[in-house]
Amino acid sequence: MVKKGEWVKIEKIILKPEERTAKIPEETKKVPYVVHINGFLQEDAELGDEVTIVSRIGRTHKGKLIEEKPSFKHNFGDFVPQLVDISIELKKELEEINKIK
Amino acid sequence: MDKSYNAVMSRKNEIMKKALGIDYEKYKISDISFDYEMMMDDVGYSINEIADIQKQSKVGNTPLYYLSNVTKLIRKYSPKGKGAKIYLKDEAANASGSFKARRASLSVYEAFKRGYKGVIAATSGNYGAAVASQAAMRGLKCIIIQEVFDSKYVGQPEIVEKSRICDAMGAEVIMSSVGPELFYSLLSALEDTGYFNASLYTPYSIAGIETLGWEVINQIRKLEGRDPDYIVVTHAGGGNITGTARGVLKYKLEFKPHNNTEFVACSVDLSGLHMASDIDFNKKSFTTGHTGFGVPFAQWPDRADTPRNAARPLRYMDKYLTVTQGEVFYATEMLAALEGIERGPAGNTSLAGAINLAMNLDQDAIVVVQETEYTGAGKHPQAQLSFAEKNGIKILRGNPEDCINGKTIVLPRNLSDFQYKEIDLKKLKMSYLENLVANFPKVKMLEEDFEFLSNDINEETKWIKETIFNILSEHKNGK
Repeated sequence: MVKKGEWVKIEKIILKPEERTAKIPEETKKVPYVVHINGFLQEDAELGDEVTIVSRIGRTHKGKLIEEKPSFKHNFGDFVPQLVDISIELKKELEEINKIK
Repeated sequence: MDKSYNAVMSRKNEIMKKALGIDYEKYKISDISFDYEMMMDDVGYSINEIADIQKQSKVGNTPLYYLSNVTKLIRKYSPKGKGAKIYLKDEAANASGSFKARRASLSVYEAFKRGYKGVIAATSGNYGAAVASQAAMRGLKCIIIQEVFDSKYVGQPEIVEKSRICDAMGAEVIMSSVGPELFYSLLSALEDTGYFNASLYTPYSIAGIETLGWEVINQIRKLEGRDPDYIVVTHAGGGNITGTARGVLKYKLEFKPHNNTEFVACSVDLSGLHMASDIDFNKKSFTTGHTGFGVPFAQWPDRADTPRNAARPLRYMDKYLTVTQGEVFYATEMLAALEGIERGPAGNTSLAGAINLAMNLDQDAIVVVQETEYTGAGKHPQAQLSFAEKNGIKILRGNPEDCINGKTIVLPRNLSDFQYKEIDLKKLKMSYLENLVANFPKVKMLEEDFEFLSNDINEETKWIKETIFNILSEHKNGK
């Protein structure tokens, strides 16, 4: 159970696939248009329940509870060998230019 | 109140009018034309006043650096006697880490002055952070609406970082799946809150960039005693080139003009990838500064979330270059390795274009790259390239020309592999006129319309009349 007052993420389905009318590619039309908003949970609930949250600026939103304590997990990615190569090559090129002069 | 999609969309005009506080009717000349300069004048601040407002909120006066090592390397690959000097305007030094702080500063100041309780912007770019940052300083509430994830809930690392920074500045972030219906979310939030629409395309947003162009000329004259020959501008929605050029021209008007300065737009080529595709969404390594915005906004600026768009790129654009994703990543790595400054990839789009441009100019020519953006987790070549690899895109070294968007990213072997492509401005202007005919099919054009168009796409009236005539006769022939 997720406790009242917890920082959570909700999902709101704005448009079901069949309601999407804009000029969009088929693959986008097949899926719903949804939004996610983070905020403080207003009542004890389980993941998947319809809940109310209050966002960090005090606005109330209703939607499906999808995540407890959401956080940002993006990073600097995995090692990309080409980037190290490029850096070493460029430094070497500059060294050679500076030697000539 | 009915908050269904169709109900909210049908109230678009009244919601926008209230949320912008600008009466666009005032500038209307006819269905087609409007008084652009009057609209811009109504912002009501001189460049110096704008600079003062920006100074209060940690914007502007960014450094202009001579990239001596990059210039040396460019000369190695240039024909004899060629290889222009490259200067870089370090816009990452603005409060929110990009030139977008200039655009947000005036809008948020205006919202504050007019008593709005908060501001809203719909953007997946650096502009969200800029609005959130300026709102934090002015004590206003802020909502940022961003297209963040695909139907598998996977978000581009670059956009996820942009959500994080908005959150860090205290904004409510509405993160959406892929689709133009983002516009509904914007309208709905504006209606619910009565906040100011800090759109990218208001006169305030564009006037805020004019200080950038002004500073460039002021700084370069002190360093070189003359004006730059080219200013290269990363181009998406058109605001950057419009505002920068206006600032340059204002400076040259106030103090005497020196040599001519050409305005070069530059976008990352993302042709072949659909902007509203749930599948293509995570196959793009760039989420701004690309042709997916750059081309359509040049061809028809009034597709924006304001009745008339203050960003009108064809008025000022002298050239339009495209570069590949691989070239921009290489340029980003080069900036770190040779100049010791690590900046975000998307902001280096214009740097990638400038390399090739400089190679064919005399050594005493000056090329200014007018922006950088902050870097960090997600907004980084390694984050973006390894994310691309996970989405099935091969990372190769070779000729960037051989890249296939959505399948490969080709990192140049050295600077000799840099080769921008130039978009034919005449063709862009023809598309603009085709859009005009499509948008106003039954409207009889007046003389003042041709005058407006002549300014709006920087072309002779005669050519415009002939082109429209040709478009209309093609339509008649059922093409």
